[in-house]
Formats: sequence, structure tokens, C-alpha cells
Amino acid sequence: MAHSGPVVCAICGGSGPCDGKGRETLRAGVWVTNPVSVQVLGICSALAVTNKLENALVMGAALMFVCVGTNLFVSLLRNVTPRRIRMIAEVAIIATFVIIFDQVLRAYYLEMSKQLGPYVGLIITNCIIMGRAEAFALSNRPVVSMLDGLANGLGYAVVLGIIGFVRELMGTGALFGHQILAAEWYTPNQLMILAPGAFIALGFLIALHNAITGVNKPEGKGN
Amino acid sequence: MAEVSPLVILVAAIFTNNILLANFLGMCSFLAVSKRIDTAAGLGAAVIFVTTFTTAINYGIYHHVLVPMGLTFLSYIIFITVIAAFVQFVEMFVERFSPVLYHALGIFLPLITVNCAILGVSLFMIIRNYTFMQSIAFGFGGGVGWTLAIILIAGLRQKMRYSIVPVPFRGVAIAMVITGVMAMTFMGFAGMVTIQ
Repeated sequence: MAHSGPVVCAICGGSGPCDGKGRETLRAGVWVTNPVSVQVLGICSALAVTNKLENALVMGAALMFVCVGTNLFVSLLRNVTPRRIRMIAEVAIIATFVIIFDQVLRAYYLEMSKQLGPYVGLIITNCIIMGRAEAFALSNRPVVSMLDGLANGLGYAVVLGIIGFVRELMGTGALFGHQILAAEWYTPNQLMILAPGAFIALGFLIALHNAITGVNKPEGKGN
Repeated sequence: MAEVSPLVILVAAIFTNNILLANFLGMCSFLAVSKRIDTAAGLGAAVIFVTTFTTAINYGIYHHVLVPMGLTFLSYIIFITVIAAFVQFVEMFVERFSPVLYHALGIFLPLITVNCAILGVSLFMIIRNYTFMQSIAFGFGGGVGWTLAIILIAGLRQKMRYSIVPVPFRGVAIAMVITGVMAMTFMGFAGMVTIQ
């Protein structure tokens, strides 16, 4: 994970207009420093809700919403928040957005709310959101902060979508509940929708990302 | 679910419904500190302590303040505030009265506020509608289960320094895969007790 380009937009924070950095911010969030597969943040929910593609996508949308909203407000308040209490302020903002999403989900989509269980509430302790607020929104203007939130939320949603796709397809032979792989020749591997399948699927996804980007540790630490 | 004995919940929380291996809670700090057994044990001790007490406090607040006042939608923000305040309080208390313990445990305490295992235990307690004793058993068992899992995996990761791992898997990827294998072995306990 020794990437040279961490957060591109930190350079122009505060002073210059951030317009030229939009694409780089997006690219960083979705691919270069993808919050799940590169930074390995927020993986609790990435593992827990990906037994079905639908759950994974709803969770991705939830995180995108909370991350954009949190980044916007942290950025708007960045000049008036005392440094010592900024963490509490961030947690309060995050919790507010999570409650909004949770209430909307309960009102319009109760079935999904029950399936996601405590994991919607656990977005509060999702390290991606706190991390983006700390690392980006605190030192950048509102618009580009929102873009950063969107990019990271999207990066998270894409990874969850991939894991959800693989796990539901291999575990049940179906996608969105519709049978894709015919039962005559495909025996579903139940392990994939259980807990071990989640760990192993994410491990392989991270390895795949490493293989494509060529990020390895030359010193060869095995741990 | 008043009929289930707290002891059953304790055993289930440690083995069959292990909070890390079956519910995926506390993964972030798990990957960060599971490289060495002694740091894993230190964080584990702090987690056991904090989950047990915050579960008890959150139970009281939820059932005696939020439910009567019809404010249950505020539970997330109240729970995380209780956890953050409790951790802060413990940190100050330990620093004042036991510098030795503070040095052993101190660096792990701030990490705990954002450990989703702590908040997760409180949320599960509400969803599963536990009684007070069941909640304490679940909080304590959840902490012990998390500690057990993290120490076992830290042991494996220490040994893994001597094995040749395929290049793209080095680092986190192989840690995830061995955690998966560990989760599989814990599934062997599944027939013992079940809680839902």
C-alpha cells in the first residue's frame, strides 16, 4: 500500500480553485486509494452485508449518502470547529446522517432494513467516513469535499457490488433472487454466503487489486 | 427472549456467534493489531472491559430513558456518545490511579471508540431484545470472543513470517484468507448452542 499519490487535492486546499482536481479526486477514491481494497477501511460492513447483491448495493448507497453529507458539513464547519473537539463534532454529524438514512429505510423499505440489521447503525463507526472527514474535508472546500465523499462512497459501493455479485452467484446460483446458473449443472456452494466465504472473497479481491496495480512489498514480509 | 439463560448467551457469544468471525465486527482494529500476540491481548482486554460496561449503561439508557420518552430513533447517537464518554473517562481514571495499567492499555483506549464491536454489541442487544443479565453476558462474551479470535490470528500471522506467500497476497489479503479459514473452524461449534 505504498502509494505515492495519496490525496491529490490536499495541494490546492483552501487557496486555489479545486476545479482541475475533480477527476483526480474521483480516480483516487474509486481506484488508486480505494477505501476497501487498498486502504482496507470499513470492511466490517463490506463483509457482513455482501451475501446478497441487493443488500450490498443498498449499503453502498447508504455509505455514499453519509459520506457526501458528512464531508459537506465538516468542510463547511472546518473554520469554526475547535481542533480539540473536532472528533466529537464529526461523530455527531455522521450519526445525524446515519439516523436520517435509517429512518428513510425503515419508512419505505422495512424488509431491507431488517436484513441489514445493526449494520446501518454501524456506519457511524465506519472508518471510511471518519477518515475522509479527517484527511480531506477538514482541509478542503465544500464542493470538492463532497466530490471526495462521493468518490470514496462509490469506491466502497463498487467493491461491495463485486463481492456481493460473486458471493450471491456462487453461493446460491442466483442474482437479485433470480436463478442464473441452472440447478441441473451448478451445485451452489453454501460456504460463499456464510461468514468464511466473505473473508476469503475479500482476500482474493485485494490480491487481485494488488496483482493489477503491481503493489507488492519487495522486502517480502509474509504477514 | 427472556427464557434463554445468560450462560448460554455467554457461550454462544464466544464460540458459535463470535462477534468477529460470524458478525464481522471490529475488523479495522483487528487487522491493525493482529500482528503480534501481546498487543492483541492488550487491546482484547480493553475491549472486554469497555463492551461489558457500555452494554450495561446503554441498556439502562435505552429501556429507562429512550423507550419511555419515545426517542428510540436517537439510540445511535446516544450509544456512540456513551461509548466515547466512557472510554474518555476510563482513560483519565486509569491514568490517575494506575500508571502501569495506563502504559499497558493506554494506547489502545482511543482506538476503541471507533471499534465497531463495541457499538455492534449494543445494537445487537436492542435488536435481539435481551434482558439486563443477558445483555451483560452478551457484552462480556462478545468481548471475550473477539479477544480469542484476535489472539489466535495474531499467533498465525506471527508464524506466517516464515512462509512464502504468493506476492499479490502479501499483507492484508492473506490475513483475510486465514481469517476465513479460522471462521470455518469456528463453524464447527455451530451445533453447541444457537442464539438468534
